[in-house]
Amino acid sequence: MNKTVNQKAWLFVVPVVLLVAFNAIIPLMTVVNYSVQETFGDNTFFWAGVLWFEQVLNSERFHDSLMRQIIFTATILAIEVPLGVAIALTMPRKGVWVPVCLVLMALPLLIPWNVVGAMWNIFALPEIGLLGRMLNGIGFDYNFTRQPEDAWFTLILMDVWHWTSLVVLLSYAGLVSIPDAYYQAAKIDGAGGWAIFRHIQLPKMKRVLTIAILLRFMDSFMIYTEAVVLTGGGPGNSTTLLSIDLVKIALGQFDLGPAAAMSLIYFLIILLVSWVFYTLMMRNEQQ
Amino acid sequence: MAKITLDDLRHSYMPNPTAEDDWALKQLDVDWEDGGAYALLGPSGCGKTTLLNIISGLLRPSHGRVLFDGKDVTDLPPDQRHIAQVFQFPVVYDTMTVYDNLAFPLRNRGVAEADVDKRVREIAELTDLTETLNVRAAGLTADGKQKISLGRGLVRTDVNVVMFDEPLTVIDPHLKWQLRSKLKELHQRVGVTMIYVTHDQIEALTFADQVVVMNLGEVVQIGTPVDLFERPQHTFVGHFIGSPGMNVMPCEVSGGNAYVNGVRVEAANAHACAADAKGLEIGVRPEFVSFADDGLPVRVTKVSDAGRFQIVDASHDGGSIKLLVAEGDEIPADTAKLKFDSAHTQVYDGGWIVGAKGGAA
Repeated sequence: MNKTVNQKAWLFVVPVVLLVAFNAIIPLMTVVNYSVQETFGDNTFFWAGVLWFEQVLNSERFHDSLMRQIIFTATILAIEVPLGVAIALTMPRKGVWVPVCLVLMALPLLIPWNVVGAMWNIFALPEIGLLGRMLNGIGFDYNFTRQPEDAWFTLILMDVWHWTSLVVLLSYAGLVSIPDAYYQAAKIDGAGGWAIFRHIQLPKMKRVLTIAILLRFMDSFMIYTEAVVLTGGGPGNSTTLLSIDLVKIALGQFDLGPAAAMSLIYFLIILLVSWVFYTLMMRNEQQ
Repeated sequence: MAKITLDDLRHSYMPNPTAEDDWALKQLDVDWEDGGAYALLGPSGCGKTTLLNIISGLLRPSHGRVLFDGKDVTDLPPDQRHIAQVFQFPVVYDTMTVYDNLAFPLRNRGVAEADVDKRVREIAELTDLTETLNVRAAGLTADGKQKISLGRGLVRTDVNVVMFDEPLTVIDPHLKWQLRSKLKELHQRVGVTMIYVTHDQIEALTFADQVVVMNLGEVVQIGTPVDLFERPQHTFVGHFIGSPGMNVMPCEVSGGNAYVNGVRVEAANAHACAADAKGLEIGVRPEFVSFADDGLPVRVTKVSDAGRFQIVDASHDGGSIKLLVAEGDEIPADTAKLKFDSAHTQVYDGGWIVGAKGGAA
């Protein structure tokens, strides 16, 4: 039997191929192109091999910003995930308060990122900001523009304020999908609050929590706008996270080669961590 | 184990019920004997699940009391009532093994691990779960999960009653039969009171010694499957149980005889009717109607072959009537006369059987 081969079908995938090409492949390849070459302007390029990669991987500066980035992401995950789950657990599951709570929770997510940064910057200013004045008023020597610890404190507080809602909403979605029968069965089986959380709620939230953690990991690892508006990476370099450092190298110093190499390393770190995490969670699921 | 008494029980989901329709359960005074196998049968929305949740303590009745062996448990939470419940959709603790699932109710109550082990293995044996004890519960099929639910109920030694809320809904048809026989067998071996809620008459009639038929929040009849079939206390029971359901048609009674369209028909309780009663109906199951030389004149309109018997639809002046005829028996082509079996024909007044007004009213 002869199979009819109809090549016209390819036409249907052209739009998506074009979209992905312009959206992802071409920009990425441009970066790859810069990362292996040296340029002195005039659009002349010399082959540089893995020079930039070696330079970035061996630079103290990259190590420092990477370390800051890891500390930042680990801290906000350690706060936002348990806090988000805890808030979701206390939210009502039925009644008139449900929409109210949901809208209140969603509000921070609707604010443009640079506005979040600006808001918190003004909010935390020691002389005129509500938070800054209050903290100083009750006896703390708080000034996020001068003291690194204060800058970190403000940065983390801002992120927690901005993004815990996402964890809450996802966890809440997982919680409300648990049928009443599970709670009834638990009651009959004499399970206490902790046992219900451990054996019913947590397992049922596992999928959404995996997604929440992944999203929060990726977003926080790439955080730029809010942080740059709030602290600009300072005081000094104390809150210069990876993306801020990258922009400084690429657009501040115009070192395109190292910046491109750093972008790729940055990208691969995120990809690798996400993949490992997701695989581990899903493998558990199957067992 | 315990005898369960429902005393003057009423329930409404509204805070201030006024109209009769506001009550999900209207008025219940029922005794469930210790060790019995009961089925709660009724159409969807008749209050079966409400009643079940009241007995298990998941719901507090708006009015009345629940007694276990004469002890008032109305205000006790489910875990102190020593009951077990199997839900419509299998409830298992996904992350635990089958063993841990079965052990869960015991461990929550602080039973020593050696006793837990002994008891879990016993119950696993009873419910055919021994081979899957170390498998994660999430990996089992629906019927396996229902067995776990059941096992979790039976594992406690102090269980008063096991309740089933339409437990076969998600089970494959060919396994339903198996699981149902398993339940019946377990009831005989364990001897614990079982209450089985269903809207499926076959499940109810095959499982239970006593079937409680409910409609619109009230109990219309409590009886053995034979009672329900031969002497329905209410036309609803006649309709709901049996396939096809009971024929019900308007009738008049005078001088101790029943008349349909002016033709005299046999009825067991016609003599008990008040002479001036209005709105009477006569009920007779298709099984107890037959063709005869003399009787109610009808026209045969349809014959459907149901295998071992034929279902005949016939029409008379006041409506239609169904009867069952054995396979191969001759059926008159057009006009015919019908006779009712007098022992199994009853007169109903306002839906309830005339004479012996039984059940809860």
